[in-house]
Amino acid sequence: MAANPKIIVIGGGLAGLSAVIKIAEKGGQVDLFSIVPVKRSHSVCAQGGINAAKNLKGEGDSTWQHFDDTVYGGDFLANQPPVRAMCEAAPGIIDLLDRMGVPFNRTPEGLLDFRRFGGTLYNRTAFAGATTGQQLLYALDEQVRRYESEGKVKKFEHWEFLSAVLDSNRVCRGIAAMDLQSMEVRTFPADAIIIATGGIGAIFGKSTNSVVCTGSAQSAVYQQGCYYANGEFIQVHPTSIPGEDKLRLMSESARGEGGRVWVPKKPGDKRDPRSIPEKERWYFLEEWYPKYGNLVPRDVATRAIHKVVYEHNLGIDGKPMVYLDLTHIDRKVLDRKLEGILEIYEKFVGDDPREVPMKIFPGMHYSMGGLWIDYRQATNIPGIFSAGECEYQYHGANRLGANSLVSCIWGGFVAGPAAVEYARGMQGSAAAANGHLDSERKHQEEINAKLMNSDGNENPFLLWRELGEVMTRDCTVIRYNKNLQQTDAKLVELLQRFEHINLSDRSQWANTTIVFARHLYNMLQLSRVIAQGAAMRNESRGAHYKPEFPERDDKNWLKTTKASFAPDADEPKFEFEPVDISLIPPRPRRYDVTK
Amino acid sequence: MADNKTVIIKIKRQANPDSKAYWEEFELPQTPGRNVTSALMEIAVNPVTRDGKKTTPITYDANCLEEVCGSCAMLVNGKARMACSALLEKLDHPVKLEPFSKFPVVRDLAVDRSVLFEDLKRVKAWVPIDGTYDLGPGPRVTMQEQEVAYPLSRCISCCCCMEACPQFNESTDFVGAAAISQVRLFNTHPTGKALKRERLAALMGDGGIQECGYAQNCVEICPKDIPLTRSISEVGREVMKQAIGDLFRR
Repeated sequence: MAANPKIIVIGGGLAGLSAVIKIAEKGGQVDLFSIVPVKRSHSVCAQGGINAAKNLKGEGDSTWQHFDDTVYGGDFLANQPPVRAMCEAAPGIIDLLDRMGVPFNRTPEGLLDFRRFGGTLYNRTAFAGATTGQQLLYALDEQVRRYESEGKVKKFEHWEFLSAVLDSNRVCRGIAAMDLQSMEVRTFPADAIIIATGGIGAIFGKSTNSVVCTGSAQSAVYQQGCYYANGEFIQVHPTSIPGEDKLRLMSESARGEGGRVWVPKKPGDKRDPRSIPEKERWYFLEEWYPKYGNLVPRDVATRAIHKVVYEHNLGIDGKPMVYLDLTHIDRKVLDRKLEGILEIYEKFVGDDPREVPMKIFPGMHYSMGGLWIDYRQATNIPGIFSAGECEYQYHGANRLGANSLVSCIWGGFVAGPAAVEYARGMQGSAAAANGHLDSERKHQEEINAKLMNSDGNENPFLLWRELGEVMTRDCTVIRYNKNLQQTDAKLVELLQRFEHINLSDRSQWANTTIVFARHLYNMLQLSRVIAQGAAMRNESRGAHYKPEFPERDDKNWLKTTKASFAPDADEPKFEFEPVDISLIPPRPRRYDVTK
Repeated sequence: MADNKTVIIKIKRQANPDSKAYWEEFELPQTPGRNVTSALMEIAVNPVTRDGKKTTPITYDANCLEEVCGSCAMLVNGKARMACSALLEKLDHPVKLEPFSKFPVVRDLAVDRSVLFEDLKRVKAWVPIDGTYDLGPGPRVTMQEQEVAYPLSRCISCCCCMEACPQFNESTDFVGAAAISQVRLFNTHPTGKALKRERLAALMGDGGIQECGYAQNCVEICPKDIPLTRSISEVGREVMKQAIGDLFRR
């Protein structure tokens, strides 16, 4: 139909920008929506690197090994064909980023340098210092800016996605969005849209995610009929720096470059860590997992730290913290390869990690679950595609470090062309959707008006705190069915209290409070998918761990969880889909020995 | 330890771009490790001024909270910096927060810094690749070259260098250090240098690189320690060379 289809991309991180570039290259017109200027998207926070089996270290690495590590690391929950396609594309993606000018670290010969990351025995991770996500995002941002200056891309920065516009056949015809300055709600017609809105960290109150990572957009389209898959799989990163406002990530690359995790063997040992002799330190990861050592996958390392702190009572000073030690590594190497993260520790904690072991603890980091998509990144609603952390496709039950950047870019590279192809084959004209655009705008304006006029006594920020506390307590590292049921009851209570919200700001210009309230509502709805999904899955797999069901149960649970929103009941309903294991038969997942 | 230590925060507010600015004072408990952005979050929970008046939460930009996204730049005690890495215990009290003075105020502490993104378009701050299809690896780069490029590429577009620059104002229309430093980055890239002439040309004339007055505020204020004055002098030399060459070519 449309030779130059109009595609709307929501989100300007790695996934969104990758999609934009492919669409522009294929002759499509893009409207790019983002809450923040796209260069400030959360992808900038990715630190350690991006995986690709380039095999530049003479180790015999291959894309099949990368594929196997990813599937194994994800405890066999990922559909295998798309994972294989991603791993096969990864070396080409690195080449492309290299051509775009990403200042990757180099070997003396001038080739790309690679380091080790968790869940693999190969040096497979390309990196630009310890700010790889920032450098990748900038490279894509620059290419998008080039297309913008050629008129192929129009940016709507400081705009908030509110909802998809669906016609009477439940086909997506555009979006409703709000200008975050004028607070005006507008609709924008499109032949297809791509949701690339990243993570959901805010649901857990404090996480390693940025402020905008609330999952609001994916929750909105879930409430409009998109399936949300594997929501219960939440990655808790083993090494973050606890803070009052957020948990700042301390990259896995610190361990990739030789960092060691330990605690004093004596409970409550008050000595300066540097004065504690080797034989009085417990390098528990190295002891428990001799083959992978400090580079076990994140779910494994996180549970080990929990065990040492809460079962062995060996947290530093009796607090929930362990040491991550870089002090034995040459300063020059640290500065060349890890400077960005050392700087974060110095600025926010005040100690120099080159001199003093860092104090770290696990923190909520990533959602393996997300919008259900097919192998072409299409959701179940025609015209809605998705890419990046907000979809579920590539990481199964646990994501390996440095796989997120490659999955974001690959997802965008598939979603962009798939959306163009869909739009070119589309029936019916956009004009037919005019009535639906208008009614969706009115619907969204009504939601705003209701919030503005609501005269209750509930404070949205306090509701959010309660949400974060309960989700962190019951839906992260260790899960019990009784607690999960209580969590869901608490979420229902919070949703009821949301009806009596009172906004402390009712002005019609750059009002951040009403925007936050809208996010909060969507967070609450999505939280129920996570809590209920976790309650149902009576097994332990990857990041989902239930002491009552400590083993993986392939017979009953080698299945994708699919939640859909039931509007009348105002809650999720669940169905389960077999996982595509057509390429690698599932086998037990162990990291104490070679797999 | 007495836990009743508080901090007083004075905030310059403005309801919209056209209205008059005014000040409000807040008093918060000073908790260890608290930064300016978390203080602003705390005010949002209970927006009441020091003298007990109900008010609205402060509008400000913030995202990553770890000084890498470039969002939360503002004047903290008169100095342009990122609010997330401004720890209250390390600041002089009372703490004074103001929006950047050289950018249009949107509301309160949020300003419009889109001028830098427009400048990046003007100087073609990108590598002109042929396409995203598979064309093999990029050019070889030595470790030494990477070690020059990487720090330049860490610019977070916060605009602190522009706010602090005495020449960055309406009368000179000076482009500022950030964009000039990006010109250096792309002009030294093996493929990026294909657009070198156009980039240098964009820095000539009114508002161009010659407006720099060598105050060196930019390099002192840069939260990422980017060698901005070095970039300005290197690019300045190139601009001069090209301008003289153009003169003879006429």
